[in-house]
Amino acid sequence: MERNYQDQLHYEGRIWMLGALGLFISAPLLISAITGVWPSLSHFLPGFFATAIIFWPVTTIEVFTFTPMLGTGSSYLAFVTGNLTSLKVPAALNAQDALGIEKGTEEGDVISTIAVASSSIITTVIILVGALLIIPLTPVLESEALKPAFDNIIPALFGALGIVYIMKRVMVAIVPLIFMVIFFLLVPGSGGYVGIMVPVGVGLSLVSARILYKKGMIK
Amino acid sequence: MAFLNSWWVYLIIGVIFFYVILQSVIFLLKARKKAFSMGFTKEQINKTITSSVVFSIAPSFAILIGLIALSKVFGPMIAGMRLGTLGAVTYELPAAINVINGVFNMNIGDTLTPEIVITALWVMTLGCIPPLLIIPFFFKKYSKRINAVKEKDNSWNQIMMDALFLGMISAFVGYILAPKTVDNETYFSILGVIVFLTSAILIIVFGLLMKKFKWEWLKNYALPLSMVGAMAIAILFASMGVR
Repeated sequence: MERNYQDQLHYEGRIWMLGALGLFISAPLLISAITGVWPSLSHFLPGFFATAIIFWPVTTIEVFTFTPMLGTGSSYLAFVTGNLTSLKVPAALNAQDALGIEKGTEEGDVISTIAVASSSIITTVIILVGALLIIPLTPVLESEALKPAFDNIIPALFGALGIVYIMKRVMVAIVPLIFMVIFFLLVPGSGGYVGIMVPVGVGLSLVSARILYKKGMIK
Repeated sequence: MAFLNSWWVYLIIGVIFFYVILQSVIFLLKARKKAFSMGFTKEQINKTITSSVVFSIAPSFAILIGLIALSKVFGPMIAGMRLGTLGAVTYELPAAINVINGVFNMNIGDTLTPEIVITALWVMTLGCIPPLLIIPFFFKKYSKRINAVKEKDNSWNQIMMDALFLGMISAFVGYILAPKTVDNETYFSILGVIVFLTSAILIIVFGLLMKKFKWEWLKNYALPLSMVGAMAIAILFASMGVR
């Protein structure tokens, strides 16, 4: 029986993703096998638990938060290539908005995949070239003149992206925005929690949007 | 620690990079073919590709800053693999520190033994594995549920999608206002707010220009241009002592 487009995406996506999983694990496996240096459990387990206790829940929630934004095809790719919030999700958003496509539709899914794939290719190439040319590039990238630009990439990205969506849905934005501004201003060391706060923001905006929608205040 | 720069490490990592690029190219070609069959024009598809590439350049260079930090421990190739696949510097560095500092009581700048580096690599690899297991086994079911919600009520679908993005955006807007700590000194980054506002103003200006002069081409480049413009402003204001 022939699969429909979505089923085909899931079928191929699973194969690619499981292949990536195998490859990612094979890197430390091969390095340990060749060097003969294996981590002892007494060293591995404390480091692993300290990391997994935070990042397993965070990355699990990320799956449920970002996959609806990305669509089927690009989810299978974006979670392999990483850098979701600073690259893949904004690239997908920007591409769909530029063509005026309804998000969450099959058209949106296809355009999002094209955007995420293009973004993944250029990012991977830049990182690969950067790794190979790290010695000559280090003084340029760490120069005092360029540092403020790279340090402020998040405000530069979310200023433009944010204002478009906030203006589009002011009513929905109010509650999560106020909550986040208060949280980050008042909680000491909150800058380190942004990954955890994304799903909190998504939860808040979904609840507030649903209430406003049910009351007929937005459409 | 010579093994970090050995030919076989380059080979292993080279294969992984090749796989990631191959997957991206195949997904791109298949989505492009599907887009044609849906009625998208060649011009629309090419513009989507070009604007996504242009948009990705500046954030990719920002990743290279993390690459420099991480390569001091893992060498450039392993650091590149960690940052170019699955993770991000916000995950990789804390995971490495959990092992180097938390387990071995050393610092990233110290001379590390192969055991420390390899233990850290194992922890980084397995510490962010859930998406690679959840998506292949549960994503199909989850997306069917999401699709059922979408099909039930299309106007709610549009609001829900916007609300999802707004949730993410609001977290990052808050993050920009979070006090920063550098060299034990905590301060509020006025520069971050200036960059944020500049970027927002630039995209509004570009929107007005698009309307007034019918510059349709600008639609695809308004986001990267706003970003780069705001980053240039960051350099300007930083040179005047604003931080």
